Order: sequence, then structure tokens, then C-alpha cells
Amino acid sequence: MPYKNFKNGVIRMNAEKAMEKILDSYPAKVMKNRKKHMLIKKSDEKQEITANTRTIPGIITNRGCCYAGCKGVVVGPLIDMVHIVHGPIGCSYYTWNTRRNKGKATRGEKNFLHYCFSTDMQESDIVFGGEKKLRQAIKEAVEIFKPEAITISATCPVGLIGDDIHTVAAEAEKEYGIKVVAFSCEGYKGVSQSAGHHIANNGLMKHIIGTGNDEKIPYSINLLGEYNIGGDEWEISRILTKIGYNIISTMTGNGSYERLKNAHNADLNLVQCHRSINYVADMIEKKYGTPWLKVNFIGIQSTIETLRNMAKYFGDEDLIKRTEEVIAEELADIKDEMEYYRNMCSGKTAMLFVGGSRAHHYQDLFKDLGIETVLAGYEFAHRDDYEGRDVLPHIQIDADSRNIEELHVEKDEKRYRLYLSPEKLEQLKKEMPLSNYEGLIKASKENTVIIDDLNHFETEEFIKALKPDVFGSGIKDKYVIQKMGVFSKQMHSYDYSGPYAGFKGAVNFARDISAGIFTPAWSYVVPPWKKEPLLEASMVEKEVG
Amino acid sequence: MRQVAIYGKGGIGKSTTTQNLTAALGEMGKKIMIVGCDPKADSTRLILGGLAQKTVLDTLREEGDDIDLDEIMKIGFKGIKCVESGGPEPGVGCAGRGIITSISMLESLGAYKEDLDYVFYDVLGDVVCGGFAMPIREGKAQEIYIVASGEMMAMYAANNISKGIQKYAKTGGTRLGGIICNSRKVDNELEMLKAFAKELGTQLIHFVPRDNIVQRAEINRKTVIDFDPTSNQADEYRKLAKAIDDNDMFVIPKPMTQERLEEILMEFGILDVA
Repeated sequence: MPYKNFKNGVIRMNAEKAMEKILDSYPAKVMKNRKKHMLIKKSDEKQEITANTRTIPGIITNRGCCYAGCKGVVVGPLIDMVHIVHGPIGCSYYTWNTRRNKGKATRGEKNFLHYCFSTDMQESDIVFGGEKKLRQAIKEAVEIFKPEAITISATCPVGLIGDDIHTVAAEAEKEYGIKVVAFSCEGYKGVSQSAGHHIANNGLMKHIIGTGNDEKIPYSINLLGEYNIGGDEWEISRILTKIGYNIISTMTGNGSYERLKNAHNADLNLVQCHRSINYVADMIEKKYGTPWLKVNFIGIQSTIETLRNMAKYFGDEDLIKRTEEVIAEELADIKDEMEYYRNMCSGKTAMLFVGGSRAHHYQDLFKDLGIETVLAGYEFAHRDDYEGRDVLPHIQIDADSRNIEELHVEKDEKRYRLYLSPEKLEQLKKEMPLSNYEGLIKASKENTVIIDDLNHFETEEFIKALKPDVFGSGIKDKYVIQKMGVFSKQMHSYDYSGPYAGFKGAVNFARDISAGIFTPAWSYVVPPWKKEPLLEASMVEKEVG
Repeated sequence: MRQVAIYGKGGIGKSTTTQNLTAALGEMGKKIMIVGCDPKADSTRLILGGLAQKTVLDTLREEGDDIDLDEIMKIGFKGIKCVESGGPEPGVGCAGRGIITSISMLESLGAYKEDLDYVFYDVLGDVVCGGFAMPIREGKAQEIYIVASGEMMAMYAANNISKGIQKYAKTGGTRLGGIICNSRKVDNELEMLKAFAKELGTQLIHFVPRDNIVQRAEINRKTVIDFDPTSNQADEYRKLAKAIDDNDMFVIPKPMTQERLEEILMEFGILDVA
């Protein structure tokens, strides 16, 4: 314990020094701005962070665009919809399964996930308007693929020339008798991909959720904010089905339009990624009465906690018993392997810069392996993802956020249903994160560096100062990090691996992390801090006299 | 080859002035091409005798990139080559991008022949976006003339256009060659525009008086030079052509503040009530 305290002290000191050095290197205005985006966790303080604001031009950021958030993240994974990108081919190509969101048609739906649909806008479409081409694209898609539903996602030029994609969608819906939903998610909107999540949420809520007529089924749940990267959703649904839950829909990894239509029937919504889907969770609760539970299926202990919370919510003795049985079975299956990897990894440190949720979720899985997270940051999160939803009423809405429609839903008197009495719900809220999220800061350990919109310069400085064994981030900085001699794991796409969720996923993760940290490759890279002097000094001639 | 762009407030008479001016230059034996940069595609009607011109963008849309120059270029009065850029129907697409596309198209088709003495760009009145600044933005037109009158809004627009020229003059070689007055018979118009031009650091290159013969010629789908070569107005356009041909005063304009512009109007516009 004393050694651990000492080590923590060193980490804190180095983090403080690095932060100071970074801020000192910036021009005054940049310094003032960036200072508010970083902090070192102190449990005895109420800490505030600035987030969801524009990146300063010139800074190398990892953020994506609004279109990436809407089409690439939220809408794209729905398997049975033809997702037409209205725009130039590059925008289409780079959201073509690059997130590794997988999907299998299991209930007789169609699966178009591996196709890339684009209007391939050319110069003449920009000049004369692209609506005609979009109509033609819809017509061809309907004739060739006969989908039940189509989405249209707008790219930047569509907004600039003012193509009316919503009218085109409405006309097509009438003409072909299928659902056609348009999203005005032009890349330039908002400050990051987060704007696109919101726009996508609005579209799903407005046009799809609640339009189905399926009968209600018991123990039914929706899995929100789970995108089936590398097959995560398959592992999660394996566990949930084994216990006895009925998953009505997943939003949106491995999800489908057919299932999403009936999402209003669930008894409980599970929210994995709070940032990308909290709008839908919130709106379903207001409209249909279904509360949401903040879950985490990344990490063994957090999966267990999530399963227990769920069972408690349903309050069914058999379900509670079955939950414990499944947990015991699953743990027994992975125990030996996890112990082996834990012995290898224990004492290592990690830095995480990913998403609007993953920098929190993966801390739990690292903890299972005895790996301590020394820095955690989000690319595109809002203050509530850091500080918890309590801060929501205090967030100042700036012009960038105001540009994104805030959808207001009314209570659906006919279908509004409470699974638990308001009293019981209030009581449970004290015991578990029901319709609440407490945020990254609270979930992080003392002295963890919490940072928003980390940039390349800061990445390098913090690596030099904290010397982590593994850095979980994305493709944009992965090879910069590895050239510094530090193993980098892509937390967006899992580097061709996965699933990492649930019990079996944890083993995959443990194996990949161990292999990555212990590959001999790193001994061949000389990181800068091994060739740069630790102290900088210059000779000063002493004046005599 | 001198490349000249004509700007000015919408409805001020840019197309009429440009075509009469080029007709006069044509008479002098100059080889000229007019590029109409207005989606309405009405910049070459008088030179072509009303001939409906197929625009570059229409041709591009219907026939793709594989276009022959003679499909989009028509020869009119005194051998003047006429091209209309064209554009989308109102409220659709991006007309500004259209101008950029069609000028690039003309370049790749080799429309800019070495033996041309002049290329004139007749640009839509309100430079609403970057596309319409294309002729000055990419250093295509080295000289700009602004058509104005003594009316407040015409001068206001001319001042604004000067701001655009000033901006692009720094990166390219674009210069303002002068103000052309297309008279509206406003009180004290000549003096006012002389003062206005001086304030901008340029000159009033010619004062074109108002004459109904212009209107009669237009109805007959002709320039005045073509319609009535012996008229006074034809001579006025010849004087303008000569002034432009001999012009050697090219400046980076110094646009004025709104207050200063209004001062000039006050000074010259308000006459003693007689």
C-alpha cells in the first residue's frame, strides 16, 4: 500500500507537470480555452469541465463530423434499411462498415449492411441540384432490393445547395408505400459527431419507434447505445437471452427497422452508450413511460452489476435466481483464462481517449485485469457525460447546440405504461442508475487525468509524462502512439478483433491486450524520452567582480 | 489578350452596355469573346440577333463532358464569339458553382484562343457568393469595370463590388479600370460619379447618356452600333470603346464607408431648389 501511494503520487505529479507544460506551450487564448477542458480527479471537490465546444482551428483533433455521427454511428448499423448517402462518394465510402458494426438477419429481415448506397454527386448535381438523382437512387434501390425502409443522410454539399431531402423522402414514401426517413445531418453542423447522434435520435423517434403493432411480451428490454462492434451485441444478447430476457430491439448495432418499430413495448431500456442515444431513452420514457437503466457490459464486474440491477428492477425471484446461476456459470467458464491474463497485466497502466462513453466503460474492464487507467478522455462528450446528468439544467446552450433540433414529445395516453409504481421506481433510483448517469469523473479513480477533445500534441506530452503500457484510442493517433513505443489499441473498431463485451468478450480483450503489451516489438522502438534529456539546462558564465 | 469583367447592380444595364461596347470594339477590328455569367443567359442576345444560345451548363447536363466548342460558342455581330454559362432553374442547385464549372469547361475546351484581343465577362448583378466572383477570384479577368448611375443603390453596389476587388487584388492581379456611368438622368449625375470614382481612387471612364434608341435597338435584337450606326448614341459607345482600349489606369480600389458614401450623395445629390 505505501508503494502504491507513492506510485500514485508520482503519477499525479507527472500529470500536473505535463498539464502545466502543455498549457505553457500554448498561446494565451488557446491556453485559456484548453485549460477548462482538463482536470485531475479529486474526490473531495465538485469538478467542472468544459465540453461540446468548438475545437480551436489548427489543433489536430480526433473528432468526426455530424454526418459521421448520424449515418456512420447511429443510423448505419440498422441492417434491413437501405441507407442512401446523398453526397459525393467519399462520404459514402468512409462510412461503409468502417466502424465494424456487424449484423445478422435472424428474424427473416433483409440485411443490406454490406452494401454502400450513394448518389455519388457530381459537379453537375451540385450546379443543378441533386434531388433528381436522389429520387432516381431511391427508385433503383426499391426496384433492386425491395427494402421495407430507407434512410437518406445528407452530406455538406446537400445543405449548401439546399436540396429538399425531406420532401423527396415524403414523396417516395407515398409512391412506394415504404418508410423513408431523411436526416439533415450535414457534416458541418454542430461541433463534433455528437450533433449527428442527436439528429439521428430525433429521426428514429419521430418516424420509426412506436409505429409497430406487435403484442407485448414479458421481460422485454431494448438495448440502447450498443453498436455491435466486433460482435459485442451478440455476446450481450447471448447472456441476456440465457437469463430469460426478451430483447425487442437494439439501437442500433445488429438492430433492424422491423424490431425498432416495436421498441415502445419494452419494460425497460438499457443504455450502454449514454452520449449517442440518451435522447431516445429520454423521449421513450416521456412518451411511453419506460424508464432506462444505465448499464455497462464492458468488464466482468460491471456486467455482473448490470445483470443484478436488471433482475432487481424486474423483481422476479426466478429471474434473480437465474441471473445468479448464469453469472456463476459464465464466471466458471472464463476464470482460468482471466486469471492467467490478469497475472500478466497486473500493475500496468492505461490511457483511454475514446468516444462519449468508452473511456468510462473500458476503465472497468482494465480494472478486471489489474490495469490502472491514468488518463481518460472523450472526443465528443457533453458535460453530463463527465459530470453526471445532475449538471444538465446548468449547461449553457450555445449557438452550435441550438442549431440542432430539440424534439419535444408528448405522453402517449393510449400506450403510456408504468412497469413499476412511481414509489417503487423512486426507491430503486437510490440503488441503481435508473434514468440517470453519474458520468466519467465519478467513475474514475483519484488522480486520473480527465480530458476533453484531447489533441495530438497533448497526446504526445501525456504519453511522455505518464508512460502508459497501453493507449486505447482510434485510427487517427494509433500509429503516432506506437511510434513512441507504446502499444495502442483501437477502441472504436477493436482492430479486427472482438467481441469485448460481456464475459467471453472480456477474455478476448484480455488476450489482445496481453499480446499487445508483451509483444517484443516495443523493445525495437526508442521512445523520445529515452533519447531526450530529462533536464534542460544551459551554462551561465559567472560574473567575476 | 485582355480579360475584362463587367460588374454592377442588377438592372443597371451591364449586358446592354457590354454588348454595345463590344460591338464598337468589334467595329475597330478587335477579336472578342463574351462570356455571359448569369443564370438567365441573356448577355449575348443583341450580338447574336436574339439567337437562342445553348448554354455551357445545359450542354454539359445533356451531353456530359464530351462537348465540342462550337456547340456552345456562337459567332455574332462583327465576328464576336458568344458563350453563355447558364445555370440551374431558380431556387435549385448552386448557380455560383455553375459559373466556376463553365469557365473551367471553356478553358479545357480551348476557348481562350491566343488571337483574341478581348474576353468580356458579363456577371450577374449581385455577387451573391464566391462562384460569381470567379472571374476576378482566380485572376481570370485582370480588369474590372463597374457600371453605375447616380442612383444611391447603384453606387452602394459599386462600392461593395470594389470591396470584393480589393480583397482579390491582393492575391491576383485584378485591378479596377474605371466606372462606366449608364445615365439615369439623376440630378448632377456626372459630377457625383466623378467624385465617387475619385474617392474610390479610380476614374469615370465614360458617361453614357440616356437615349431611347438603346431601347428601340433592343426590341430589334440589336446593339445601337448595328441598328443605327450613325446615331449619336452609337458614337457614345464608340467613345467608351476607345477609352477602354486606351485605358492605362488600373488601380486597387479604396472602397469607402457607408457614411462617406452618403456624404458624397448629400454633397452632389441635393440641388438648390430652383
